[in-house]
Amino acid sequence: MSARWLTGKVAAAILTLVFVVIFNFFLFRVMGDPTTQLARLPQSTPDEIEKLKADYGLDKPLLGQFADNVGDTVRGDLGISQKSRQPVVDEILDALPWTLLLVGTGTLIATLLGSWMGVIAATRRGQKTDDAMLGFSMFTYASPEYWIGIILILVFAVWIPILPSGLQVTPGVEFSSWLAEAADVAEHLILPATAMTLMLLGQYFLIMRSSMVDVLTEDFITVKRATGQRWDRVVRKHAVPNALLPLVTLSAIQFGAVVGGAITIETIFSWPGLGELTFQAINDKDFPVLQGTFLIFSFGVILANLLADILYFYLDPRVQTK
Amino acid sequence: MRESGALKLLTDTWRGRFGVAVILVAVFVSIFGTLIAPYEPEASSLDVLQPPSLDHWLGTTESGADVFSQLLVGTRVSVLVGFAAAIISAVLGSMVGIASGYFGGWTDRILDALENWFLVIPTLPLMIVLARLLDPSLIVLIAVIGFTSWAGTGRIVRAQVLTLRERSFVERARALGAGDGYIIRTHILPNTLPLIFASTVLIIAVAILSEAALAFLGLGDPTRISWGTMLQNAFDSGAPSAGAWWYVIPPGLCITLLVLAVSLLGFLYEEYINPRLRRES
Repeated sequence: MSARWLTGKVAAAILTLVFVVIFNFFLFRVMGDPTTQLARLPQSTPDEIEKLKADYGLDKPLLGQFADNVGDTVRGDLGISQKSRQPVVDEILDALPWTLLLVGTGTLIATLLGSWMGVIAATRRGQKTDDAMLGFSMFTYASPEYWIGIILILVFAVWIPILPSGLQVTPGVEFSSWLAEAADVAEHLILPATAMTLMLLGQYFLIMRSSMVDVLTEDFITVKRATGQRWDRVVRKHAVPNALLPLVTLSAIQFGAVVGGAITIETIFSWPGLGELTFQAINDKDFPVLQGTFLIFSFGVILANLLADILYFYLDPRVQTK
Repeated sequence: MRESGALKLLTDTWRGRFGVAVILVAVFVSIFGTLIAPYEPEASSLDVLQPPSLDHWLGTTESGADVFSQLLVGTRVSVLVGFAAAIISAVLGSMVGIASGYFGGWTDRILDALENWFLVIPTLPLMIVLARLLDPSLIVLIAVIGFTSWAGTGRIVRAQVLTLRERSFVERARALGAGDGYIIRTHILPNTLPLIFASTVLIIAVAILSEAALAFLGLGDPTRISWGTMLQNAFDSGAPSAGAWWYVIPPGLCITLLVLAVSLLGFLYEEYINPRLRRES
């Protein structure tokens, strides 16, 4: 039963990924004319263009190109960046840890802070604290995350210059130890991670709040109260663990938004991750890199969805009996 | 009775009043913005990055243009893209959702897979790729945002149509020999419209944010000023490090207020059609 369910989920995820590869190929090969992308100098002669086509295998029929492309993708060959002439895979692998660091920190803080705020608000429903938190999360939900990032720069790097406004590490500094370097990176991480946290916080808070409100009206909570246990103990031991479940699903759904936020926030802070790489590729019209980052972003989101499904399966026994 | 209930929600709650007021102002400015703007929005001058003054209420840009005038003129792109993209998304979503839910079988399986795929794929990267390949213009932005944001509506519509299909009035119509087109037009669509409307209002907010993000990343319509391109120009010209708050705060604040207004009305409408969501207060 559970094995079958798991196989189904994994198969669906793989199928989605296969469609990404197919879509990716046709999008870039059919909608964008690769020869105009390759011949970046307008004065390229027809002979040169023919040679370029042969070099990139573009003189083959479309289906043959597609087979090549899928084969390359599976082997981890995502082509060569038109700008840097480096393999796209290397550029992605260089950028990936930085994105994971930023996204991980932001998501972690937003989850902890958001669920804590959700519990506070749900237990004080209709009071001033609740209203203030609702207003705050509606505002951060509606505002562009990169604008929040710019305001953070304005306040904490320009008006009160206590934090660096960009990059991941102070340039040109020889660090005495890895600890000193880590401290420097952490200092550079504060502002972008805060922007990322503020972007996610509203959603986490709203879900946790409404989930807590639901749980608090359930019978078992009334029963626990009737046994004479202290209220804050009932909330902590019985309500919160049950209310946390929807947050798991949300983290996965949010991952698409996280990816979008990574692109704009990394751009603002010159944070050398996948988002910054994407931004450079947009400006340089570097299509192989754009194709590669799109693939890796989709892969990340699909994987996150799958992990959330599996996690939910183990956390909520009700799913297993369905 | 129901109609007056909807109006009451708009006029008697602060959320309704705020939403309606902001949207009315935004629509008015997007129509008449070019006429009320005190300056030519892209006229450069020697007064570069000047703070607010009586001459320039919101100061000047890096090329000496009037920030307030750009803000007024930029409203049009946000409003236009927001509404137009949401309409495309609503039409696509309801067509796919109705076809999928009503016809079932393989139609449903294929369309449902398509819907799932669009729900999973990260939207901003997809929009970036499409906009970059097509070279951005207003039409391209509207099409790209509409094309990538319909899946949620499709999902909601499909679920509603699945239950409607089994209802007795639909079965009765079918027994009387009504065709699919007739049943969809007279029974399915009217009973799905409130849901389509609710999800479309929320997509307007998403579309406004998407246009701004694309413009900020350099994929806006290069011939038009929008709040997103203002933020891009401000950021590229180093306005934040120059401390030019008058240049970077207003465009983002306008985006926030408009998105907030649209979202509040959207939530209010959801509460109206689904009273279980209504807050006790």
